[in-house]
Amino acid sequence: MELYVPILVLAVLAAGFAVFSVGIAPFTGPKRWNRAKLDGYECGIEPTPQPVGGGRFPLKYMITAMLFIVFDIEIIFLYPWAVAFDKLGVFGLVEMVLFIVTVLVAYAYVWRRRGLDWD
Amino acid sequence: MSTLTAAPITAPTIEYGELAPMLIIFGAAMIGVLVEAFTPRYLRKSIQMPITVLSMVGAFALTVWQGVRGVRSAAAMGAIAVDGPSLFIWGAILLLAIVSVLLINDDDHFVAEAAAVPGSAEEDQALSQGGAHTEIYPLVLFAVGGMMLFPAANDLLIMFVALEVMSLPLYLLCGLARRRRLLSQEAAMKYFLLGAFSSAFFLYGTALLYGFAGSVDLKAIATALSTVGGQDALLFIGAATLGVGLLFKIGAAPFQAWKPDVYQGSPTPITALMASGTLIAAFGALLRVFWVALGDLDAEWTPVLWGVAILTMVVGAVLAITQTDIKRMLAYSSIAHTGFLLTAVVATGKESQNANALSGILFYLLAYGFATVGAFAVVTMVRDPGGEAGHLSRWAGLGKRSPLLAGIFALFLLAFAGIPLTSGFFGKYAVFAAAVAGGAVQLVIVGVVTSAMAAFFYVRVIVLMFFSDPAPEGPTIAVPSMGTAAVVTLSAAATVVLGVFPQPVLDLAHTAAQSLFVR
Repeated sequence: MELYVPILVLAVLAAGFAVFSVGIAPFTGPKRWNRAKLDGYECGIEPTPQPVGGGRFPLKYMITAMLFIVFDIEIIFLYPWAVAFDKLGVFGLVEMVLFIVTVLVAYAYVWRRRGLDWD
Repeated sequence: MSTLTAAPITAPTIEYGELAPMLIIFGAAMIGVLVEAFTPRYLRKSIQMPITVLSMVGAFALTVWQGVRGVRSAAAMGAIAVDGPSLFIWGAILLLAIVSVLLINDDDHFVAEAAAVPGSAEEDQALSQGGAHTEIYPLVLFAVGGMMLFPAANDLLIMFVALEVMSLPLYLLCGLARRRRLLSQEAAMKYFLLGAFSSAFFLYGTALLYGFAGSVDLKAIATALSTVGGQDALLFIGAATLGVGLLFKIGAAPFQAWKPDVYQGSPTPITALMASGTLIAAFGALLRVFWVALGDLDAEWTPVLWGVAILTMVVGAVLAITQTDIKRMLAYSSIAHTGFLLTAVVATGKESQNANALSGILFYLLAYGFATVGAFAVVTMVRDPGGEAGHLSRWAGLGKRSPLLAGIFALFLLAFAGIPLTSGFFGKYAVFAAAVAGGAVQLVIVGVVTSAMAAFFYVRVIVLMFFSDPAPEGPTIAVPSMGTAAVVTLSAAATVVLGVFPQPVLDLAHTAAQSLFVR
């Protein structure tokens, strides 16, 4: 049990720091109004305009993010295979090709249905 | 690094032949995605439909062939069990999926563009640009593939993957109803959020059981029950959270809240697929986990499932009485039937984890599945100007305006109620008989009482249809397409045949159940 004491202490410290920072900010921070502060945050670039009160909005960021995750996961599976490539032999190669083909099918769908076009 | 490179790796063996029914379905789904990508829009539907139906028929034929050959094995290094119950469940799911696809094939049920109103200029534009979602077919195939893998998974991780493969397409399909868009989107959102929540429970339970047994293999967990000591907290919490995840999927109380909303909001053909296929798949998985992995823990889980079964039957039957929407009523009826099925799961106890209870559950699921698909098919045909006539008052006097349709619907309702000469009677009898044999007499008493309550609201609809005056501006009966007519006919025929000559299918279920689950 004593092994876990440092983890517990770290958790308490982290929680304390978070609560302290959030709690102290309204009292100590300067309050200078700036229009950019109220904008949506999109990685520091000019935010994409959106209709007031909701309405239809483009999904392009989400599609890009989802595609990124798909290919990211593909790479995660490719690494261990690449490390043990010669040990896994033909079986590993065939399975990996099958796996990549399935991802490729999804890729072909996205490409043909213009999921890769920005506008 | 040195240990990593030095360790020899033996390639696993995978029995492609035995897994062929699932591989066909997943392969056809991939081809369906390619069809979406590379064929012109006007051709898509006429290509997708044959691919979907033929692959399902092919998979069904292969399943039957494996049943005839008597395949009973744990394939893919023991990760997927191709045993009697699996094969029976595969066959049932594929049959019901084929019937559901005939219903799905009707153009009218699915939205052409997410934001379009039915009959509007926007919808016409979306349709003329080929916006109609033919992706429905590959999505259904993926869902059906997941449904087949879920009850066959012999390993908690495979089971989780199957759960997601089954659920994710269904979340999407729920939101595609053409009419009452907001209700449909609400259904998809609720199903997705609650489903994700229950998946988390499932995973948490898997992790804890892995901590307990050092393996996610069901057989290894069963072995660990007798060999590992002093880890009861991991085991009990793990089994409980895993159970929550599974009970959510079958829609047992107190995890039933999603069912009425999702069944009501989804496009009715998708509701039919979910209400039949998903229930069968989830029950198969539930049985496998509780009987194979946690079989020796039954002293602990039986009392809990007693409570769940009673609560599910009562909640389903009582709340169904107060419903005014036909699809919500059928959803609550599905909850009540889940409770009836649970009596057999609960009551078997250990030594009677027996073939009788299992075959009873298998027969019940098949009979209930056909009646459900048929009932929802009838619901699609009774129309108001704004879509399906959901409100029960609109069904008044339907028997005078369309005796045939109302008669068929009455047949399905009687089957739900478990009246003799319909499939529901033998299903209920088999399940309750197994429960009595397992010593759960009190549970069966609750089951019979709630069955009587359930019969009340089924019969009330029949009375409403045949003995009330028709509403002056009553709903129109849509002329059924070939597909819908076939669905209604097949389901009605199955309900009658299973009610009059149940023996062949009972025997089949019994043979399938003889091997119990491969360990």
